[in-house]
Amino acid sequence: MITMEHVCKTYRIAKRNAGFSEACKALFHREYEEIHALKDVSFTIDNGEMVGYIGPNGAGKSSTIKILSGILTPDSGNVTVDGRLLRNSGGRVPLTKQERCSRIEHVSQIGVVFGQRSQLWWDVPVIDSFELLKDIYSISEPVYRDNLDELTELLNLKELLRTPTRQLSLGQRMRCEIAASLLHNPRILFLDEPTIGLDAVSKLAVRDFVKKLNKNHGTTVILTTHDMQDIEALASRIILIGKGQILMDGGLEDIKRGGESMDETLAELYRTYEI
Amino acid sequence: MKKYFSFFQLRLTTGLQYRTAAIAGMTTQFFWGFMEIMVFHAFYEADPSAYPMTMEATASYVWLQQALLAFFGAWMFEGEIFETINNGNLAYELCRPIHIYDMWFARSVALRLSRALLRCIPILAVAAFLPKGYGLGLPASMTAFLWFLITLIFGLLVMVALNMLVYVTSLFTISGDGLKILFCSVVEIFSGQIIPLPFFPERIQRILELNPFASMGNVPFRIYSGNLEGQEMNKAIVIQILWLIALIGLGKLIGARGERRAIVQGG
Repeated sequence: MITMEHVCKTYRIAKRNAGFSEACKALFHREYEEIHALKDVSFTIDNGEMVGYIGPNGAGKSSTIKILSGILTPDSGNVTVDGRLLRNSGGRVPLTKQERCSRIEHVSQIGVVFGQRSQLWWDVPVIDSFELLKDIYSISEPVYRDNLDELTELLNLKELLRTPTRQLSLGQRMRCEIAASLLHNPRILFLDEPTIGLDAVSKLAVRDFVKKLNKNHGTTVILTTHDMQDIEALASRIILIGKGQILMDGGLEDIKRGGESMDETLAELYRTYEI
Repeated sequence: MKKYFSFFQLRLTTGLQYRTAAIAGMTTQFFWGFMEIMVFHAFYEADPSAYPMTMEATASYVWLQQALLAFFGAWMFEGEIFETINNGNLAYELCRPIHIYDMWFARSVALRLSRALLRCIPILAVAAFLPKGYGLGLPASMTAFLWFLITLIFGLLVMVALNMLVYVTSLFTISGDGLKILFCSVVEIFSGQIIPLPFFPERIQRILELNPFASMGNVPFRIYSGNLEGQEMNKAIVIQILWLIALIGLGKLIGARGERRAIVQGG
């Protein structure tokens, strides 16, 4: 189970106008702008749910995923994932060392895929990266064999495992990336734009796989995407975020209106909330 | 421990792939070694009595340094680590159950080891057949050779621990370029890579001996030829170990703070 209570996160961004003289000026005086990436975000996600987390660019989706996966510290608020209380940097009551769960303890229980990044070792065959992950997560040999066999079959990786990562197409690589994040049987899987840039066949393969994973293993899946077909195919629940706040939390049927395509529905929704 | 060893192993195997780079590197190092020895000879012939090391010891020093350049070359950073910090791929490293410092340390050691393994044997083999005073001499004694090996490993670890300070500081500065340049110039001069430390004026030498840069190539290369022995050697080894502990401690401290503060770049 995942709960976020009143989570806030602010970034400080240095800004300047274009041009050389402006750049020189910025050497001495720098203007910062505070960006409120998350403003009082709260929600609860139960075990085995598949949640689509949507919103326009810059709404705070990635920040949320980064906080939940333990790599970004919120300024305030409480975050609990499967009973593990994650650190926060401020807050009225600072957590003691025992209460706060270490990053290492937390991340060994979750799986994360960032669609725009790669976790596979670039110059070596995919299987070498997998073997490394096996050691990193201390996965026992039989469990590793089982998972690898299952993932190889479901994601059709057989031909890819011996190829160096740099020679894979994006679709092939993404299938390997997803397999890589699941070798250690995580209970929760975060997918940050997993279908970005993929062709139709690869998209379908990814969706199909995630669906099976959720059904067979009861893995909780949290998915951010701009592709409404992903949402339609996968998510039973949708959380809409805009300008750092949760605007809507409900089922697919709550936002869907007869006849309109999902993209139109979503654009309409963004207009209503002025985000 | 096993996970860090796996990183080490993978980096080592990847590093051993680059044959052409190794050949190019060896060629450069041969020429560089010859040039240096010629220059030292010119000085030696001018006034042998003013020379702080024997010519044989100097030649051995130069060849060991060239052969093991990958151990102590200050500029030899793992580019991937800076890339990771700069483009935000750090996200993936942070969401794995590993200590960033330990993993980077293992990778850096493996990088240097893989480069040195490919290059050192041909260079040492050729240098061993060069005439006395120009080539690599035999070690001063069997014990000297053993201490050479031990301090070589300590030296490598000190070097990597220094590298690590640059990596972990980059967690704050995002770009490591400025730090790298500063770091390289300081290390090259004060570690005796441009001229061996015994050639420095005595007073400066006494200060230099105490800093961490002297705890790298300077110690093993001089032990090998017997230039550093007895009490002086023991002192140098103790300093090496103390620096190693201090540098790792400091690096871990900065690293832990950086990890907590790190903001992953990009969407």
